Amino acid sequence: MTASVYDKYEAVIGLEIHAQLLTHSKAYSSDSAEFGAAPNEHVSAISLGHPGTLPKHNKTVIDYAVKMGLACEAQIREFNYYARKNYFYADLPKGYQITQDKTPICNGGFVKIKLKDGSTKKIGLTRIHMEEDAGKSMHDQDLYDTLVDYNRAGVPLIEIVSEPDMRSADEAYAYVTEMRKLVRYLDICDGNMEEGSLRCDANVSVRLKGAEKFGTKVEVKNMNSISNVKRAIEYEIIRQIDLLEAGETFTSETRSFDALKGTTFSMRSKEEANDYRYFPEPDLPPFIADQAYVSSIREQMPALPDALFDKYTKELGLSEYDAQVLTDLKEIAAYFEELIGFTSNYKAAANWVMGSVKSYLNENALEMADFHVPAKNLAELIALIDSNKLSNSVAGQRVFPVMIEQPERSPLNIAEELNVLQESDAGFIEGLVQQVLEANPAKVAEYQGGKKGLLGMFMGEVMKLSKGKADPKEATRILSEYLDK
Amino acid sequence: MKRYTAYSDFRRDLETGKVTCVQAVEHYLNQIESQQDLNAFLEVWADEARAKAAEQDALIQSGKAGRLAGMVIALKDNICYAGHNVSASSKILQGFESLYSATVTERLLAEGAIFIGRTNCDEFAMGASNENSAFGLVRNAIDKERVPGGSSGGSAVAVQGDMCLAALGSDTGGSIRQPAAFTGTVGYKPTYGTISRYGLLAYASSFDQIGPITRSVEDAALLTEVMAGMDEFDATMFQEPAPELKLETGKKYKIAYLKEAIERDGIHPELSAGMKNLIAELERQGHTLTPVEFPYLDYLVPCYYVLTTAEASSNLSRYQGLMYGYRSPDAVDLESTFKKSRSQGFGPEVQRRIMLGTFVLSEGYYDAYYTKGQKVRQFITDKTQDILANHDFILLPTTPDIAFKIGEKASNPVAMYLADIFTVQANITGMPAVSVPGAGTIEGMPWGVQVMADRKKDSELLSFAHELLEQNQNA
Repeated sequence: MTASVYDKYEAVIGLEIHAQLLTHSKAYSSDSAEFGAAPNEHVSAISLGHPGTLPKHNKTVIDYAVKMGLACEAQIREFNYYARKNYFYADLPKGYQITQDKTPICNGGFVKIKLKDGSTKKIGLTRIHMEEDAGKSMHDQDLYDTLVDYNRAGVPLIEIVSEPDMRSADEAYAYVTEMRKLVRYLDICDGNMEEGSLRCDANVSVRLKGAEKFGTKVEVKNMNSISNVKRAIEYEIIRQIDLLEAGETFTSETRSFDALKGTTFSMRSKEEANDYRYFPEPDLPPFIADQAYVSSIREQMPALPDALFDKYTKELGLSEYDAQVLTDLKEIAAYFEELIGFTSNYKAAANWVMGSVKSYLNENALEMADFHVPAKNLAELIALIDSNKLSNSVAGQRVFPVMIEQPERSPLNIAEELNVLQESDAGFIEGLVQQVLEANPAKVAEYQGGKKGLLGMFMGEVMKLSKGKADPKEATRILSEYLDK
Repeated sequence: MKRYTAYSDFRRDLETGKVTCVQAVEHYLNQIESQQDLNAFLEVWADEARAKAAEQDALIQSGKAGRLAGMVIALKDNICYAGHNVSASSKILQGFESLYSATVTERLLAEGAIFIGRTNCDEFAMGASNENSAFGLVRNAIDKERVPGGSSGGSAVAVQGDMCLAALGSDTGGSIRQPAAFTGTVGYKPTYGTISRYGLLAYASSFDQIGPITRSVEDAALLTEVMAGMDEFDATMFQEPAPELKLETGKKYKIAYLKEAIERDGIHPELSAGMKNLIAELERQGHTLTPVEFPYLDYLVPCYYVLTTAEASSNLSRYQGLMYGYRSPDAVDLESTFKKSRSQGFGPEVQRRIMLGTFVLSEGYYDAYYTKGQKVRQFITDKTQDILANHDFILLPTTPDIAFKIGEKASNPVAMYLADIFTVQANITGMPAVSVPGAGTIEGMPWGVQVMADRKKDSELLSFAHELLEQNQNA
C-alpha cells in the first residue's frame, strides 16, 4: 500500500487522562495516599470497605480539581454531588467506586498545544471529575493466585476527558505532555506515567478526510509513557485504515497496547460492557463550590507555563526557544522567576539557568530541588561579570563549582579567595603591556611589520603576567593602542 | 432485682446502695438464660458484662460514674463493637469480627453503659417480622406464636422480656417503631442526621437511623442525647452539637391526624377504636386535633421500596466472599467466588431486595423507577412538611394491626411490605417519629401509637410522647 492511501484518511482522537492527586491522605479516609509502601500498608477499615464504614471526605481533592479546571479555563460547577459506579472486581473493596457522573466539577475549557510547525492549537475539554482509585491486582506475584494491593484503593483521582479534537498521534503526544506539565505546575499530581500516577486512555477512530461522521471508535488502554501513547495511536490509526481499505468493518471495542511489540490487541467488545448503575452517593452530602470558594482557589494558583512563556518572550525579550526551555519544568521556571527578581540581565540569567545550571544537574542526574545555590547569589555572579570583575569563563569554570559546594557563600567572596577577580584598572594593565612589549622587541617589530596574528601571543603574555586577572577586553584595547600607534 | 422502667430509678438505687451493677448484670443474664426460646440474642457477652459491671460499681463508689453508669444495653447485630462479632443476622458475615467500634458504641461506653450481647434481627435489617434471620426467628414474649416485628425484633424482645434495660435498633422503614409497637416498648427514630451511622451496617444509607428501644421515653431521650451530635466519620449528619432533649410537660399542642390512617381497610377495628378514643381524650385535655388530608398513603411503600432497594443493592456489594465473611467452598475463580458466595451467603429476602434494587438502577429503567422514586420522595416530603407547618405533630397508628402470627405473612412479601405503611413516611422524609404503647391491649397484645414531627423537633416530639405514654399507661 502506498503512503497516499493513508493520506486519504484523518484520525479523530480524544483522550481520557487519570491523574492521581498528591494529597497526603486518601479521598475518603485518613490512610496515607503515598506511593511506594509495602503492599497493604496504607489500608484501614474504611479504605477496605469494611461493614459499617462511611466515606470521610478529604476536601483537598476538591481544591485540586478546581485548580485544574481553572488552569484549563473550564467552568466550575456550583452544585455538585458524588455518584456511585457499581461493578464487581477484586480490587474494588466496596463493590462500587465513588465518582461523579452527571455533575462533574468542571465542564468545558481547553489547553493549547504547540504543533511542529510552530503554530498552536486549542484542544477542548469535555469535563473533569473527581473519583477514587481502585486497588491493584497483581497477576505476576504468585504462581497460582492473583494478589491484590489495596494501598491504591481510595487514592484520589481526577479524570480529564478531552473533546475528540486531536487529529494525529503527534497532537496526542503534545496534549499529554502539556497536561503533565500543567498538573506538575499546579503541584496536584507528580505526572509519573511509569508509576501510574498519570494514566491515559485513547479513543481513536479514522474517517475519510472531509467526512462529517465519526468512524467506529476504539479505546486503547495501558500506555505507560507519553511515547507509548504516540506509538499506540500511530499503530491503531494504521490498523484501522488497513481494515477499512481491505473492506472490513469492525465494531467498537477496548484494546490494550503491547509496548514490546508496539501493537494493540483486543480486550473486550463494548457490548460486553458493564451497566454501572450510577446513582447519587447517599453517604456524602452534595457540596457547593460557590464564587467565594472558587476565588480563594484562584488566588492560590501559581503562574502557569503559558503565561510565563508570554512574559518571557514579550516582556523579557527572550527567544521562543529560551522561553520554552525555561517553562518546560515548573521548578526551573520557578528558579528563573526568582533569579530575575535580583537581576535585570534576563538574557544572561536565562543562559546561566539553561547552561551551567542545567548541565550541572544533567551531568549529576539531579533534580532542580537538589540545586541549592540561592538565586540571589547567582544574580550576584552575573553582576560581577557585567561589571567586568569576572570573566564569563572564570565565573563558570572556577567560581560556579565552588558556589555549588558552598551554596551560602557569596561569589565575590569566593572569587577573592580564588584570587580570580579581574583587574580592569587601565594603569595596572598599561604597566603589564609595557613590560610585555619591552621583553619582546623582535615580536613587536614583526607585528608592526604586518604579522597581526601575534596579538594573541601578546595577550597571552599579558594575561599570564596578570595571573589571569586582567580584564581581557580592557587588555586587548590597551595592547592594540600601544602596538598600533 | 425489680423490673426498672427508667434508668433514673435504677441510678437512684445504685447511688443509695440498694442495687449494684453486678446484681443488675446477673439479673439480666438470668432473664436471657430463662427466655432462650425467644431467640432474642445471637451472642451474650456474659463475662465481659460482669467485668464492666464491677468497674462501674467502683466508679459509682468513687463518684466518678458517667451518665449511663451500669445501664445494661443490648446491641442490634448490625452495630459494630471492636473485637466482637457482627453479622446482621446473615450467613455472609459468619465469623466476622469488627475491627472498630461504631460511634454510638463508643459514646455509650464512654458514659458507662454495659453491652450484654448482640440481638437477633432480620437479615441486614430487611424485614418486618424477624423471620428473615439466618439464625432463626425471634418470638414475641407475650405470645410465642406471634412475631415480635422487625427488623429490630431481638432488641425489642430483649427490652420486653427484661433481658436488658434498653437496646439499640436501627430504623430504615420502621424497624425500631414497628417491633416496639408489637412488644409494648418505646421505639424512637430520631431525625435523620442526628445520630452517626458510622459503624451501622448499611441497608439504605439515606433512610437508616440508629435509635433506642426502651421502656420509657425518658430513657429514649437520655440514650439519644449521649449518642447524638456531629461525628467526623459521618458526612451526612447535621454539623452541629447534639441537641438537648428536655421533656417539658403541660404544653398544649396542635396535632394533625390522618382519617384515612384510622379508618382505612385493613386496620384492626379495635386499633381504630383505640385511636379514636385517644383523639377524643387528647381534645378533652385541651390539645387541638385536626383531621388532615394526605392522599399519598398508597405511594409511601412503593417509593420506599424503590429507593431503599436501590441503595441496598449497592451497599451490599461489598459482601463478596473475598476479604472477609463467608466464601463459598464451591468457588473456583473470581466470578464464581462472587456469585456463589453471595447466592449462598444471602438469604432469600436480601437477594430479592438486591435484585429489585439492581433492576431499578439499571439502564433503561432508571428514570422510570429510581428517578421517579426520588421525585415522589421530594413530593411526599413537601406535603408532609406542609402539614407540619401548621401542626406540631402528626398522630398515626404505628402499624395497621397487632403482632401477626409466625408464618402468616412470610410467603407474601407484598403483604409484609404493607405492614410498613405508617412507618416509612418518617424515613422517606427524614423526620423523627416515636412509637409508644397505646392504652390497653388488643387480643391481649400491645399496640402502638406513633407521633411524627418535623425535622429537628425531636425535643417537642419526645415531650409529647412522654405525656402520651403516661396517660396511656394510666388509662
